[in-house]
Amino acid sequence: MNKNIRWKVITIVAVLVIFAGVGVYPILASNYRLPSPAWLQQKQLKLGLDLKGGVHLVLRVQTDDAIRLETDQAAERLREALRMRNIPVTSVATPSIAQIRVEGVMPTQEAAFRDAAADLATNFDRSPGTNGSYTFTMKPNVQNQLRVDSVVQARQTIERRVNELGVAEPQIAEQGQNGDEILVQLPGVTDVEHAKEIIRSTGLLELKIVEAGPAQTREALMQNGQVPEGMDIVPGNADASGGGTVYYMVRKAAAVSGHDLTNARPAVDQNNLPAVSFTLNGEGARKFGTVTETNIGRRLAIILDNRVTSAPTIQSRITDNGQITGVTRDEVNDLSLILKSGALPAQLTYLEERTIGPSLGADSIRSGVTASVVGLLLIIAFMLIYYKLSGVNAIIALIFNLVILLGLMAYIGAVMTLPGIAGFVLTMGIGVDSNVLIFERIKEELEAQHGVRAAINYGFDRVFWTLVDTHVSALIAALFLIQFGTGPIRGFAYTLIIGLASNLFTSIFVSKTLFELALGRRTHQQQQAATLSI
Amino acid sequence: MHIFTNPNYNFLRWRWHAVALSWVLILAGLFVIYTRGLPKGIEFAGGTSVIMQFDQAPSVEVVRDALNKNYPGGGQDAIVQSYGDPSLRQVMVRVPQVGAEQGASLSARAQAIEQALQKAGLKPTVVGTEIVGPSVGEELTQKGLSAFVLSLIGILAYIAFRFEFSFAFGAVIATLHDVLITFAFLAFFRYDLTLNVIAALLTVTGYSTNDTIVIFDRVRENMRKMRRDSLNEIINLSINQTLGRTVITAGTALLSALALFFFGGEVLHGFAFTMIVGIVTGTYSSVFVAAAIVTFWRRSKPSKLTTAAPAVAAPAASTPRKSKAQRKVRVS
Repeated sequence: MNKNIRWKVITIVAVLVIFAGVGVYPILASNYRLPSPAWLQQKQLKLGLDLKGGVHLVLRVQTDDAIRLETDQAAERLREALRMRNIPVTSVATPSIAQIRVEGVMPTQEAAFRDAAADLATNFDRSPGTNGSYTFTMKPNVQNQLRVDSVVQARQTIERRVNELGVAEPQIAEQGQNGDEILVQLPGVTDVEHAKEIIRSTGLLELKIVEAGPAQTREALMQNGQVPEGMDIVPGNADASGGGTVYYMVRKAAAVSGHDLTNARPAVDQNNLPAVSFTLNGEGARKFGTVTETNIGRRLAIILDNRVTSAPTIQSRITDNGQITGVTRDEVNDLSLILKSGALPAQLTYLEERTIGPSLGADSIRSGVTASVVGLLLIIAFMLIYYKLSGVNAIIALIFNLVILLGLMAYIGAVMTLPGIAGFVLTMGIGVDSNVLIFERIKEELEAQHGVRAAINYGFDRVFWTLVDTHVSALIAALFLIQFGTGPIRGFAYTLIIGLASNLFTSIFVSKTLFELALGRRTHQQQQAATLSI
Repeated sequence: MHIFTNPNYNFLRWRWHAVALSWVLILAGLFVIYTRGLPKGIEFAGGTSVIMQFDQAPSVEVVRDALNKNYPGGGQDAIVQSYGDPSLRQVMVRVPQVGAEQGASLSARAQAIEQALQKAGLKPTVVGTEIVGPSVGEELTQKGLSAFVLSLIGILAYIAFRFEFSFAFGAVIATLHDVLITFAFLAFFRYDLTLNVIAALLTVTGYSTNDTIVIFDRVRENMRKMRRDSLNEIINLSINQTLGRTVITAGTALLSALALFFFGGEVLHGFAFTMIVGIVTGTYSSVFVAAAIVTFWRRSKPSKLTTAAPAVAAPAASTPRKSKAQRKVRVS
């Protein structure tokens, strides 16, 4: 054996051992209870949701909410500023999600008004109308930024909640053409409704001073059939057990909100009823202290997701601690989890929901494995019959290819899905094509009477660029497949791409080395006379 | 072993017949799609589908009857079919509606289906649900289409770079042809258009150029050796010389697709069917369509290949042969 071939063989064996170790051994080990170190188990090929079972959710973040909130807050600040400076206006309204409209600014006060509204200029464009009216429109880049931020925040919030739920290996990612969708995959979770409820709850906690109420109807709180400016009417529970609905009128702007929260935990109130205790951060505690001090004897509405859970009377100054009562025992744990993980910046709606029971996944694995085995046997039989001994060469190259494919997938942490298994089976059928092209070319060269070694060399050399071309064009389509698909389809695309790449290596490098090995021991004369079983 | 001993078929003579056959199939497919529509899978159509397992599999009629009686609005829109291997005793029910997207109630319809069957005394165990809102399909269609168009452009650019534009054009038209024919067969056999089917179509896009590239490679090689022969002769010879490997490579790919079709289970059925049709039509188009397009395109335009061969081409010929002798070379 010459030195050159020895190094090729060593390279091939090393590659095989490494990939078999990472890709194949852990699968065998877990099926047959063989010993396998923890670091290797961690590298084990991961199964996708469609094989393992679990929940797949796609949510859309209502990014309009984030813009509306910003506009509302800006309008509230403007009202406050106008009140402080004693500038009378007829109304400050928000006719659309990104617009504030001010009417009835007196001509003498225009300069003062513009000064008071200067604070809005960073985010809004101001355009004057007739009769002292002004329209403030949120700048497009600010709107975009708010949308992007709200999706990122929503994703992070969901991540925190899912982690609190204790799901192993969840996958949470942004997706969609507008970038406003969030994909949530929870392997092994079967209680879909619970998971969905936790993910979706806005979890927005607001503490607001009650201005009027409770009343039996919304109308009873209105003045002249309208909600007073800067006020909000919020429904709430009539009694602690959550029955009936009453209405409270509260200030639109919250005294303290969930953003000022540092912790939340299950507790019981003085009547031994379930409650959630929360702690505020320094800023929140200062605000809360001021508000409670100046409003002793009035009621404080504790509002969760726009519903008053309770409205206790303020007895004394409170700083950093509070309690939410009027919740049921079942809700306590979820509520503290949701509050702790922070509020969602916007509402979420569900676009897609898929649950795969573990038995369905097991069926898929079973049929996928059967198809793989049958496919492999068919191809082995065909190659042996058609190419005789050289068929063995192709089969060895094919098996190398599959081992490298599994190993690489495990190594890069790609996920095996059912379409991925299909890609695996197709890789066999398409992979041996390279060997077919090489062998056919070798046959052609043999018939041109060049001798075996020359025929093999020409065969490989000539087909090399053909193989590169066919692989590249298949690769182009596979790359766009990644763009197209999510989850399972991506698994397929990765299998296809890795299969194509490793196929180029095995069909050229491994196959040729095998031929060289077979010819290697013969002398020059013997080689000239040798025949090739092809 | 050889499949073809010294083949010398005049493929180009049949090219217009082949083109006519392809058009007939494509137009028939379009007609079926136009009149009966292409059945859409749940990812594209939206809706709710529930897969349930039973101790004893009820007949499709019993399930439908239960839906008619107990499902809100009746079960006339529902698709009921047994799912997977009969031994699994599974039934799939699919309805076009979804619960409200707002809130957590998206799954309301799935629960309604389960309850409808429970009321009828069947004991379903839900093993899987799939609920897709109506807005999802549109985005998928767009993404699928753009992925397809972009990969065609990518392949066009690559082959134009490696060969010349007329070849790239021929290959891409052949691929387009394959996808249209595959769509026609999906329509004939009423396969649901699902994500998996689209994935298979994109795979066919990449795969069907393979045979074409092998033939083109040979055409390029022969062009350099046979400068005095006409393009038609060169192309015909090249197709004949590579015929064996064209058929064998398609055959091995077909073997794996058949394994998937028969053993891969319910989910992969449409995928495997698409691959099978795609592989067969891909081979057919490589032989009949791609080269025909090249001859058509180049009838009026001079070629750069016949005047100067690119340096990236295959290594020099092993032995210089006279051009006429080349045609007598025995090939598989």
